[in-house]
Amino acid sequence: MLAAIGVGSVQELFDRQIPESVRLRRALDLPAGLPEQEVYAHLRELAARNVSAEDELCFIGAGMYDHYVPALIDMLMERSEFLTPYTPYQPEISQGGLQVMFEYQTAISELTGLPVANASVYDGPSAVAAAAYLAKLHNGRARIVASAGLHPHTLQTLRTYAHGYGAEVIEVPLRDGCTDLDAWTDAVDAQTSAAIFAQPNFYGAVEDARVLSAAAKSQADPVVIAQVDPIVLGVLAAPGECGVDVAVGEGQPLGNRLDYGGPSFGFFAAREEYLRRMPGRIAGETRDVDGRRGFVLTLQTREQHIRREKATSNICTSQALNALGGVVYLAWLGRRGIVELGELLLARTHYARETLVGLEGVEQLHRGPVIREFALRLTGLDGEAPLDVAAIKRRCAERGVNPGADLHALTGREADRGGLLVALTERRDRADIDRLVEVLGDAVAAERGAQSVAHTPAGRSGQVVSV
Amino acid sequence: MSAPVSVEQPQEEPVLTIFERGAPGRRAFQCPALDVPAVDPAELLGELRRVEPPRLPELSEPEIVRHYVRLSKRNFDLDSGFYPLGSCTMKHNPRLHERVAALPGHSRLHPLQDPERAQGALELMWNLQGALAEIAGLPHVCLQPSAGSHGELAGVLLTRAYHEDRGETRHRVLAPDTAHGTNPATVTMAGLQVVKLATNHDGGIDLDDLRAKADTDVACLMLTNPNTLGVFDPNIEEIARIVHGVGATLYYDGANLNAVMGISRPGDMGFDIVHFNLHKSFTQPHGGGGPGSGPIAVSERIAPYLPVPVIVRREEGGADGDANGAKPQPRFDLDYDRAKSIGRLRGFQGNYGCFVRSYAYICSLGAEGLRDASETAVLNANYLLARLREYDVGGGRTAGDLLPLAYGELCMHEFVLSGGPMKRELQIKTLDLAKRLLDFGYHPPTVYFPLLVEEALMVEPTETETKETLDSFAEAIAAILREAAADPEVARQAPYGTPVRRLDEVAAAKQPVIRQTLD
Repeated sequence: MLAAIGVGSVQELFDRQIPESVRLRRALDLPAGLPEQEVYAHLRELAARNVSAEDELCFIGAGMYDHYVPALIDMLMERSEFLTPYTPYQPEISQGGLQVMFEYQTAISELTGLPVANASVYDGPSAVAAAAYLAKLHNGRARIVASAGLHPHTLQTLRTYAHGYGAEVIEVPLRDGCTDLDAWTDAVDAQTSAAIFAQPNFYGAVEDARVLSAAAKSQADPVVIAQVDPIVLGVLAAPGECGVDVAVGEGQPLGNRLDYGGPSFGFFAAREEYLRRMPGRIAGETRDVDGRRGFVLTLQTREQHIRREKATSNICTSQALNALGGVVYLAWLGRRGIVELGELLLARTHYARETLVGLEGVEQLHRGPVIREFALRLTGLDGEAPLDVAAIKRRCAERGVNPGADLHALTGREADRGGLLVALTERRDRADIDRLVEVLGDAVAAERGAQSVAHTPAGRSGQVVSV
Repeated sequence: MSAPVSVEQPQEEPVLTIFERGAPGRRAFQCPALDVPAVDPAELLGELRRVEPPRLPELSEPEIVRHYVRLSKRNFDLDSGFYPLGSCTMKHNPRLHERVAALPGHSRLHPLQDPERAQGALELMWNLQGALAEIAGLPHVCLQPSAGSHGELAGVLLTRAYHEDRGETRHRVLAPDTAHGTNPATVTMAGLQVVKLATNHDGGIDLDDLRAKADTDVACLMLTNPNTLGVFDPNIEEIARIVHGVGATLYYDGANLNAVMGISRPGDMGFDIVHFNLHKSFTQPHGGGGPGSGPIAVSERIAPYLPVPVIVRREEGGADGDANGAKPQPRFDLDYDRAKSIGRLRGFQGNYGCFVRSYAYICSLGAEGLRDASETAVLNANYLLARLREYDVGGGRTAGDLLPLAYGELCMHEFVLSGGPMKRELQIKTLDLAKRLLDFGYHPPTVYFPLLVEEALMVEPTETETKETLDSFAEAIAAILREAAADPEVARQAPYGTPVRRLDEVAAAKQPVIRQTLD
């Protein structure tokens, strides 16, 4: 090979192209390579030091959920033909992947009740930030009104992006667990580019999507964006029917693994008028020269490789493999399955909430309807002081139960102290819920006891105790 | 025995989507039994209840499996054949990575699990960060960005934060005209303006143009090195001096890192911020367009602004161990308390599943293996280039005459050919050559990029291809050129043997049909 090139050594290839002063004249400071079986053993050992949903009773959600992933998804996602190609730049040899995108777009469009969907973006929070950018491109305004009911990661991501593209984020508070309608209506004005809420919101509450959309539209004409949990869209009104312009969300509940947070996919659907400003890949149907039905990447004049600095987004990744998992999952669930699953989640969630709030020191954070997740407040003996949720979680973990997410740790909001966010999936049955009730009940009782010891009578009466 | 003279040709099967298959009432999913008191959705949700369920398909499991397995067979993939797609680094994806990523301890780990109970995952991420830092020659790494372009966005936002923290507002970002389209698109999304830099006759940055445009309004220069022409810019240190001289940062687009792992480090070249493409250099499978992962490495001065959370390592029991002399156990945690951070770029900690695969890759190769990978990638590219040059394609011409190297003599891990002479002499375009390659069983190289090369053809063979594959590919190109010399129409009408032939992309864009119509 060297002779064919006309050089004496591989080193010569580098010597002739890279200045000596920027060559690394030592070995990288990394361990030596290992045979396959030893790499496997190392990665297995690391896996063994994680407590996964396989190892404990997991009621933690807050954006990603331990749903059952049917075996056919593993099989299809591991097929070489889906796993190893690049973006379908050559449609003649990429019809499989392109048709999957087309089917996926159809499924997302059906779920959200909106006519157009792209082939997916990175994840839920970044999808919201991308949707707000679309709004800014659409109406040229630079104020984003965002409900405090959005996932805290969404709000944080939105602020990071908005600072970049030059928009201000105004957060609208909640009232009794849902977006405060008066504050929401007041916040939207002629400068508002987008009005964004979550459905159900981060605290599990079902928002009145119709009222929020209409209220925003009555003030000015912002782009109404909803971040939606797709798994409940069999029972919950489609965003498109509620006046929402752009519906986005985290696709992980649809046939994707937890994977400690990714990769999964973000879905992105909109009304027709936003089609040419959408970010990301879009597959479209067409014909070949012989009249055969076929699919291509379309509307590429939106994209960075054509439009460069004038592109509607810098994104060139669709989460194609994860979106495959999503559409196969939706086909597997089917038209009736998505309703049945939603109704099961609804029933179990209400059973869990009602049973848990029967415990001493456990109350619901809000009264509104919930579908698959709900927020609790854990309080001390006085019924007021919040309990230390981290300590409660540690007590539960010792008994193999992960009771949910620590709300205050996620939001940093004072009102969320003592807050616990509990999520249900079809994998948690009644016996599991009863076990949660028992273990959380014991943990709360124990923590209340510990708290009362810490708060000595002297301390409570406010006396200064000198030692 | 020969076939009968006249055989019945089976009708081509119509292309149906999953929404056009199945029948009402069919199903794959069996819902777990209702084991708690029923809740009436209508009563609970009132008007917020969905009345018409989404019109999802209705099929049995065998129908679903057959549909998607058949679809898969209409895809070309890296496991089936050579995929020299320039700038995309289509190297082999070891199957071990899928196996370890699927271990429940990784795949069913909830992203909000208490760090105390996710020590294996955090240690893996810590180790991966360390390895990437060493490869980049920069001290700090953040794994969060989801793709190269996401890493770029992080990088430009970091640059802005760095300047703003010093009380400076800078508006412009320099990028060569050879840059990936994501660079200018990212700059716009980050609220800055891109300014194009000219390319000199060697394929590197025109230093005079750089000197003329570098001023104190420049926030950053974004550069790929080796660049998209396959050229390592020999003036990189001077470029760094000029950029740093006006107080700007130097950003490294890591799309082409596969050329220099263990050989030359961006940090040593003077770069402040680097993004990696784990789906290119570090074998995360491309999945038909994603998922990817785009970690970034930065210098000390950029580190305070890194996205949150940041992984931290704490030694317990002090550096000398506890009273019994036991070795101290490091504990890993997620740190959110970073006053100057640009914030979050997405949910949770990033595409951990990709981290597992790329970490397994780095463990397999080790220091020497990574260097060897880059050496072989560069060797393979130069060998393929040499083979193409020497092929006689008739009429006293070689393939190299018709498809000359756009810049330079040698190349790094990829090379860019110009199809200009081929177009003029054989009357076939780069697109035709690419489409004809499909009939020969190859994925074509990247075409029509970079934009400043006429009829560009960007070839990246990668290190995991054999000499035999490279020889066969060179032979296929030569065969197509010989064929075109005899009759250009063959290539112009190609392909012939693919599931579909050339598709009407104009019609697709003019009247977009982007979802299945349902009754």
